[in-house]
Amino acid sequence: MVNKILIGIVGVQGAISEHINSMKNALYKLNIKGDIIVIKDSFQIDEIDALIIPGGESTTISNILQKSGLYNEIFKKIKEKNLPIMGTCAGCVLLASELVEDIKEIKLLYAMNMKVKRNAYGGQRESFECDIDIKGFKKQYNAIFIRAPIIQKVWGDCEIIAKFEDDIIMARQGKFLALSFHPELTDDIRIQKYFIDMI
Amino acid sequence: MNKSKIIVPKYGTEKLKKGFAKMQKGGVVMDVTNAEQARIAEDSGAVAVMALERVPADIRAHGGVARMADPHIIEKIIDSVSIPVMAKARIGHFAEAQALEAIGVDMIDESEVLTPADPFYHIDKRKFTIPFVCGCRNLGEAVRRIWEGAAMIRTKGEAGTGNIIEAIRHQRMVTTMIKRIEKMKNDEIQKLSQDYCKSYVNSVEVLTGKKVNDKTIVFENYNYFTVKNDIFKILKDIKEVYHRMPVVNFAAGGIATPADAAIMMQLGSDGVFVGSGIFKSANPSKRAKAIVEAVANYNKPDVIAEISKNLGDAMTGIEIENIPKEQLLQERGW
Repeated sequence: MVNKILIGIVGVQGAISEHINSMKNALYKLNIKGDIIVIKDSFQIDEIDALIIPGGESTTISNILQKSGLYNEIFKKIKEKNLPIMGTCAGCVLLASELVEDIKEIKLLYAMNMKVKRNAYGGQRESFECDIDIKGFKKQYNAIFIRAPIIQKVWGDCEIIAKFEDDIIMARQGKFLALSFHPELTDDIRIQKYFIDMI
Repeated sequence: MNKSKIIVPKYGTEKLKKGFAKMQKGGVVMDVTNAEQARIAEDSGAVAVMALERVPADIRAHGGVARMADPHIIEKIIDSVSIPVMAKARIGHFAEAQALEAIGVDMIDESEVLTPADPFYHIDKRKFTIPFVCGCRNLGEAVRRIWEGAAMIRTKGEAGTGNIIEAIRHQRMVTTMIKRIEKMKNDEIQKLSQDYCKSYVNSVEVLTGKKVNDKTIVFENYNYFTVKNDIFKILKDIKEVYHRMPVVNFAAGGIATPADAAIMMQLGSDGVFVGSGIFKSANPSKRAKAIVEAVANYNKPDVIAEISKNLGDAMTGIEIENIPKEQLLQERGW
């Protein structure tokens, strides 16, 4: 790990300030020197040690990623397999290689060997929070699912990290981490720590 | 792993309601009246659509009582897009809200754009599983709606006018009041929370003909003391924790151009609602895309300039002074 880490968050739409606050809180509590910056321009991608793609609307985020040139820059980094990336909810959708229902508004990043189903539990009425088991975590984790996707299947070296009932909700492949829930909406910093440890 | 523990998912919690609103930040919610418009909105990058029978400009022109849209139309819109679908219920009309929740809309707008149903009370939004967004002209209205359980606030502006002046007025009223609160002492905040409760007190005094005391029930099963105290706590949190509106805050009511969207974002909005501005313009798809881009790039003047080029005619606007006071939608709500 480098001396001082710089984490970028894709800053086009969604729960951006929540990720900034929870990551800053995690760095502080873990006594790690680091900072988190909002990424709006493609040249910024070269400056960071890790990237977060937040929750929001995957159609909107994908739309603006393409228009801003960020898509190409992130895609390049993914091919190099060096930049750690965490995608939550909409971010998880974008990291996938396949969608259960293709939609022309979304251009995937093909980072991980997984097939994702958007809005898998239904609408907001079916959104829920629940204590789940996560591989390597001693205690359960209160996960918040908002119109959440699920990872319908993984293949190759994509590893399942957590399931809710029969659905995969967290997976890792090398430097890439995908979660269908929202670690930025709780005070628990274990997911943030997990990601920082990947840097 | 503790396999014996029974997993019980929780629905409709405050975290989930406010969390949903947070996912909308930096986005544009577009008014649509049919499935085709909804698809154009999704394709243009809208974060959500608001399903309506008529856009506000047509509600204004049509006159008469404006109600919740036909659930059949809303369902068709839900089926045609993958982004969230919101719908409007009349102020205080909890049965319309229950119906909207039953068909599975993602968020309810308890909206002054429709004709108010209850002259005394807004909906007790805590009773619902799905979140609500409500309009405000000032911090008092915002705090009452938040206390009643709204997960998101939007400035009212003056819907259906294509005129930004009222949205800016309301946003400035809110931010200026928050700055004032930051300098207030406890007793001043206490006094302010009492002022903010006046509309509840007035309603009860009209209904019962009696003076309200601390033990009087003033809203659902909450007594005056509790309401006052809770509103005091919300104001204290604004002063000490948030230093801004404590929930997601969008702009609405008069946004017609990319620059309109950009100015509201620069004034502190988290996103925008565009009502008549898109589908009452000459080229809805092009304008919708431009407004989405404007919200994402609100502090980049060169981008705003570029995307504002050749959009065709914006909707025809209305001067606020030319609207009779009794036809101002923003006056609705208590």
